[in-house]
Amino acid sequence: MKAALEIKGLHKRFPGVWALRGIDITLDAGRVMGLVGPNGSGKTTLLSILMGHKKPTKGEVRIFGMKPGKRVREITSYVPEIDHLYGWMTVKEMADFTAGFYRSWNPSKFRELLEFMDLNPSFKIGNLSRGMRARLKLSLALAADPKLLLLDEPLSGIDPLSRDKILEAFIKWFQFGEQTVIFSTHIVREAEKLFDYVVFLGDGEIILQGEPDELRNRYGRSIEDIMKEVYR
Amino acid sequence: MKFDETRPIYIQIMENLKSKIARGELKPGDKLPSVRELSGKIGVNPNTIARAYSELEREGVIMTRRGQGTYVTDDPRKVTEIREEMAASALSTFLESLRALGLSRDEILSLIAKNLEEDER
Repeated sequence: MKAALEIKGLHKRFPGVWALRGIDITLDAGRVMGLVGPNGSGKTTLLSILMGHKKPTKGEVRIFGMKPGKRVREITSYVPEIDHLYGWMTVKEMADFTAGFYRSWNPSKFRELLEFMDLNPSFKIGNLSRGMRARLKLSLALAADPKLLLLDEPLSGIDPLSRDKILEAFIKWFQFGEQTVIFSTHIVREAEKLFDYVVFLGDGEIILQGEPDELRNRYGRSIEDIMKEVYR
Repeated sequence: MKFDETRPIYIQIMENLKSKIARGELKPGDKLPSVRELSGKIGVNPNTIARAYSELEREGVIMTRRGQGTYVTDDPRKVTEIREEMAASALSTFLESLRALGLSRDEILSLIAKNLEEDER
């Protein structure tokens, strides 16, 4: 099977600072990868390079064998941390707009997700709370039925109920084993049971990577506690 | 199901199933939830559950019938074996902590006897 992700020696330099300094990751298709680390460790930069929004300074990146770009974006749902939804649109208009980008868009899955998330198609996005917008972002991403899902901090800055809904919806509608996901988060406790691979990023470098159960076994600690330990 | 995140999750899933079998909550030949169903129920990655299932199958605790699903073994001797195994492990933890308190063999025995008597009263 073709690897979902092959990253070799990836460096990214912004004026005056190296955001990524030598990243190597190989990820099989069908995996749920946790990308963990504090703010500023390079998580968002890595995701934007995968999406082709930023260019590597050095190194190789392949996504299902392809270089980052349009073909990758057609099979990828990217949920950025920043609010990228249009406030003047209704939920339905936003869905129609998103559907236009994906041949794989699944309208019945979207309806199920809306119902589960307590969202109404006629709601105006500008009037939604942060938590409700986060629910909508994940619903749009899952309904696009992508091969690759990139979630940037989907749990941060939202109310506990929305957090639970997002995790539950992910478990229910994400097709484990078929779809691949990179789940970037600094909130690890709630999500760590979902991961079957985890990469710890710190200051643009990989500090540790492996299968969560192996790491728990090796350190006798939870992934969250290992994270606290390695970033001390 | 509550997890202790400092220990491998797949091992805890194995222990949980075994203790259900030992207590008789799951009986020989009972059908188990599919990997996908269990994953949705307990919020754990399906690969982790698949690993627990395959280790349990290797130990002869459960069996997969192709196209039909996963079942508790229908060998009643296996159930006895699991109960004995779990009792032995509980006993060894218990003895270890008493020995750590410096109790002798005779003190431990009399303590157990006394406690059992009080329980039965």
